[in-house]
Amino acid sequence: MEHYLALFIKAVFVENMALAFFLGMCSFLACSKRVTTAFGLGLAVVFVLAVTCPMNQLIYNHLLREGALTWLPVVGARMESVDLSFLGFISYIGTIAAIVQIVEMIIDRFVPALYGALGVFLPLIAVNCAILGASLFMVERDYTFAESAVFGFGSGLGFALAIVALAAIRERMRYSNVPAGLRGLAITFIVTGLMAIGFMAFSGIQL
Amino acid sequence: MSRKRRDILLNPLFNNNPIAFQVLGICSALAVTTKMETALVMAVALTVVLSLSNLVVSLLRHYVPTNVRIIFQLAVIASLVIITDQVLKAYLYAISKQLTVFVGLIITNCIVMGRAEAFAMQNGPADSLLDGIGNALGYDAVLLATAFFRELLGSGTLFGVPLLTKVTDGGWYYPNGLMVLSPGAFFFIGLLIWALRTWKPEQVEEE
Repeated sequence: MEHYLALFIKAVFVENMALAFFLGMCSFLACSKRVTTAFGLGLAVVFVLAVTCPMNQLIYNHLLREGALTWLPVVGARMESVDLSFLGFISYIGTIAAIVQIVEMIIDRFVPALYGALGVFLPLIAVNCAILGASLFMVERDYTFAESAVFGFGSGLGFALAIVALAAIRERMRYSNVPAGLRGLAITFIVTGLMAIGFMAFSGIQL
Repeated sequence: MSRKRRDILLNPLFNNNPIAFQVLGICSALAVTTKMETALVMAVALTVVLSLSNLVVSLLRHYVPTNVRIIFQLAVIASLVIITDQVLKAYLYAISKQLTVFVGLIITNCIVMGRAEAFAMQNGPADSLLDGIGNALGYDAVLLATAFFRELLGSGTLFGVPLLTKVTDGGWYYPNGLMVLSPGAFFFIGLLIWALRTWKPEQVEEE
């Protein structure tokens, strides 16, 4: 249990998807003008990450990795030497696109209010680098099924936390007098840099 | 080369830069720029993937129903990225280890998807290829400029060759540790955008 708690804290704060690995930066910068939209996007990212990460873990371990196909009874073929890991990228992105589509349909059917609030951000999650990044990190670090579920949920929560915080800062920033060239994108970069310094304080935590 | 073609190729460099103006493809621009070597490999990989994906998507654009175009674009991009990744692993193994998941993340690099959707789906193959190369060059310019200053100021080297002798080696230069860390990239790109918008005031955002 303690191991999973440490993994969770690490995924949320120490290895924050947005502020330590710069993943999902495009939507992080583009959808952070208002707290409400940022919150909606964050929520959707948490959900999709928590589902796709363990899902891709199963795909990698039972279909793609070297020797994973031994359960498949093919006569005369030496399944233990089959290595399909080069198909990783296309399988993960396929899973992600499919899950996003399913999530979209479920939300539309059962929670129409939330569907309206999320709007166009829902389909856009398919190309959010944080989602694919989490799956690739999961493969690289060889997480078990339970670990990947915790990692997916934690990193989604970290992303949501960061984007809501940035949106709140940007809402306040509208009252300040920013030099013309810095207005908008450039000052957002610098604010994100300062936030990243803040989050670096967590890297001293030993877990 | 006609004037229109030249505009397609050269506009993304400064007037319509993918990173500084379109806010696309920021994740990798921040993460791989601590060293010139990794930035250069990443720049070449993205140029190959972006120009070819624009070409392929444009060639096949009349055969693809609109409802499935996102999946189709992702499949084209993912296949190209798999090829690039395999080539890197075969010939530049050490660097591909350093780039970790970021080669795979070219799939979700919004520049590739964004240009396929915004340009290649509506224009002929030749124009699309030029648009792909132009946008890749705009991305490469920002990437290499960032990597140049981050490596020079952060470690006093370029391509691993020491240029500014560090104090620890008996020289005079105190390395700026901030430049190697993630916030340094944010600050640098923020300032770069500021400089670009001071030069081209029409890019300044409204308040």
